[in-house]
Amino acid sequence: MALHLPPRICRTLTSRAYSTTVSSPAARLNLPVDYRATPLLHHSATSLFSTPEFAKAKGPTKRINLYQAINSALRSALAESDKVLLFGEDVAFGGVFRCSVDLQTEFGSERVFNTPLTEQGIVGFAIGAAAEGMKPVAEIQFADYVFPAFDQLVNEAAKFRFREGATGANVGGLVVRMPCGAVGHGGLYHSQSPEAVFTHIPGLRVVMPRSPSQAKGLLLSAILESNDPVVFMEPKILYRAAVEHVPVDAYTLPLSKADIIKPGKDVTIISYGQPLYRCSQAIAQAEKDMPGVGVELIDLRTIYPWDRPTILESVRKTGRAIIVHESMQNAGVGAEVAATIQEHAFLSLEAPVKRIAGWSTHSSLLYEPFNVPDVARIYNAIKESLEY
Amino acid sequence: MLLRGAVNSRVHLLTRNAPIKQLQCLKPRLWSRSVSVSQAPGSDHVRFPGAVNSKFTSQMRFARPSDQATIDTYRVMDSDGVVVDKSWSLDVDNDEVVRWYKDMLTAVSVMDGIMFEAQRQGRLSFYMVSAGEEGIAVGSASALTPDDSVFCQYREQGVFKYRGFTLKDFMSQLFANKDDPGRGRNMPVHYGSQKLKTYTISSPLATQIPQAAGAAYALKLQSLRDPDIPPRVVICYFGEGAASEGDFHAALNVAATRKCPVIFLCRNNGYAISTPTLEQYTGDGIASRGVGYGINTIRVDGNDILAVRAATQEARRLALEDGGRPVLIEAMSYRVSHHSTSDDSFAYRARVEVEDWKRRDNPISRLRKWMELRGIWSEELEKTTRADIRKEVLQAFKEAETEAKPPLSSMFTDIYEELTEEQEEQRRELRRIIEKYPEEYDLHEFDGGIKGL
Repeated sequence: MALHLPPRICRTLTSRAYSTTVSSPAARLNLPVDYRATPLLHHSATSLFSTPEFAKAKGPTKRINLYQAINSALRSALAESDKVLLFGEDVAFGGVFRCSVDLQTEFGSERVFNTPLTEQGIVGFAIGAAAEGMKPVAEIQFADYVFPAFDQLVNEAAKFRFREGATGANVGGLVVRMPCGAVGHGGLYHSQSPEAVFTHIPGLRVVMPRSPSQAKGLLLSAILESNDPVVFMEPKILYRAAVEHVPVDAYTLPLSKADIIKPGKDVTIISYGQPLYRCSQAIAQAEKDMPGVGVELIDLRTIYPWDRPTILESVRKTGRAIIVHESMQNAGVGAEVAATIQEHAFLSLEAPVKRIAGWSTHSSLLYEPFNVPDVARIYNAIKESLEY
Repeated sequence: MLLRGAVNSRVHLLTRNAPIKQLQCLKPRLWSRSVSVSQAPGSDHVRFPGAVNSKFTSQMRFARPSDQATIDTYRVMDSDGVVVDKSWSLDVDNDEVVRWYKDMLTAVSVMDGIMFEAQRQGRLSFYMVSAGEEGIAVGSASALTPDDSVFCQYREQGVFKYRGFTLKDFMSQLFANKDDPGRGRNMPVHYGSQKLKTYTISSPLATQIPQAAGAAYALKLQSLRDPDIPPRVVICYFGEGAASEGDFHAALNVAATRKCPVIFLCRNNGYAISTPTLEQYTGDGIASRGVGYGINTIRVDGNDILAVRAATQEARRLALEDGGRPVLIEAMSYRVSHHSTSDDSFAYRARVEVEDWKRRDNPISRLRKWMELRGIWSEELEKTTRADIRKEVLQAFKEAETEAKPPLSSMFTDIYEELTEEQEEQRRELRRIIEKYPEEYDLHEFDGGIKGL
């Protein structure tokens, strides 16, 4: 991220101890993510169209960042269906992360609007609108503040279709967006990734994109195609940092389908969101240091219900699995993935399944670089798994 | 939320590498709201954006609740069934009034008595009666159109009855048989019907209140876009205890700011399980709060079905006026019955208090007196009607009790639109276990037995 800042700010940042990108001067592994060079982003239209999911895509592309991709998806959704509504705290002027910029001007204050400052109210309101056939896209300003709406999400949104049964009523049109994840200096309440608390709730779909092109396709799927309520989590550190070629026209990407970013034969790494970039760096270094080794990198994309067949097929092939996520290890997504691998691919395993995750502590200000999975820990996991 | 300041400062941090142009165009827009409000010389007020019409005073005087008059309770007839509101006139024929009366008798008096006993005999897992609040339910429901959407709490059987729920519908849900739309998933009394535009009841209190606001907003937009759709409102019922939940606050505020055509109808029956209202709030009931949210509010006598109907009719008109806005009705009553079959209310209130309310006044006897004064009801009609309803209820009871339960697969369906791969695997695993240990599971009540899984 520091690379994108004007030089003056860049100097200030790197001299501070509370940035995720700070590393030891001698560091070989824990280097800042270079978003301009990472293979995870499509730096050209050719690269974008060479991936299977975009192979059939046509039309112009534009280099945009993640918040612009979210904005583009929201614009497409609002234009596509007059059932789509967009609301939350400070959404009208464009949002505190600019995701809804210009949308009120284009689509009117009846469809894009501010709500009072009440998370339980926002989600409750959205559930009611969805029950009456609308496609509300509610924004929670930070995932850290979704907890007041937990009751509405868990007891109401998730169970709505189930308890209505044959009446047919449901809130499938509902999408709840929220910025999540570490951002370098977010401390306790601007850093959390509460996806695991939602993956324990049958009835909700939990999605987290890794890049602008993924974000646009997955968000459009969540809004226009999914008939189940979706919790859509946006890694806020990528809002401005991740820039790539994205199709200008609307398109969707399938939910509950993992994406094999990089094939490999020796170890499978399963991750989602921002840590994928660190996984990619760790893999590059590991493959350089251990010639002949091939690591497979898989983006879960939809964290629940997740794509078990793709992960199991990969682990049966490689015999080794590492799960990487930012939120804490205890009862995190990694626990479920690891248990499923152990149950269904036991005979293929050559080493214990490893979990590289946030420690079982809170996301505190100073210690973020030591808490979120870094390149060194992922690199070490690859090495230890192979050497087991 | 105390740290909203921190959130705002985060905004600046996170936008610090934004293009300068973007930040510049952002600022004037934020400032423009406060540019034109500087105090004119000699002005008696400053237009603080948070309260633009407030005037200065040099008298330091706290606004005290005790200085405010208690909000009146609107009634049409007295406890003898005599009309006291001279402006009121019957706007329906006598048959309609008799229908209200029969609905109150059916859905509450007769069915409640039978089902309460059935629970006591262990034939039903749970039941909630609504004696004392029949007038609120039926009176308000009669003021709506069938297209208006309804969100209930759980003590509104009369609403379902009035809107067209049959005895078979009630019994199927109570016995969780295969005709229960909830497919045997919900506790008894959690009724629902999309045909009757009445959402399925959920146990968490007050969650339906902000949902009703959102639903009302949706109905408003749909009618605005399509002139063929007549304007509709949403009505949302809840008790005075539920009004202490944060969702009540969220809902009234969001409904007022988004101008949602929703009627919030609070049943203030004096108790939330064992908690008397004195321990629920110290203000002037629920009605006094409506004004604070900028919502038109009325308090009515909930034992007076004519008053409830009249107030709801007017609330519906107001809710649709000027593009829509919420209205709050606080209907006063007394919970004559126990809270539920899991509650013995004499553990926290005197039997004599209850008996007193039962004898003194209730919505059924009051409407009966009104009808008798009008010559459209009699002791004879009362007897035969009660006997007929009782027969019908028992017949529906018998049929529903012996009906098969839903197929076992219902425990996995409707969670997502389609079964997930994981659920499919678990469904097969459950079936494998049951087939392996058939003597451990009793499937005889379930539709299709093991084949239903």
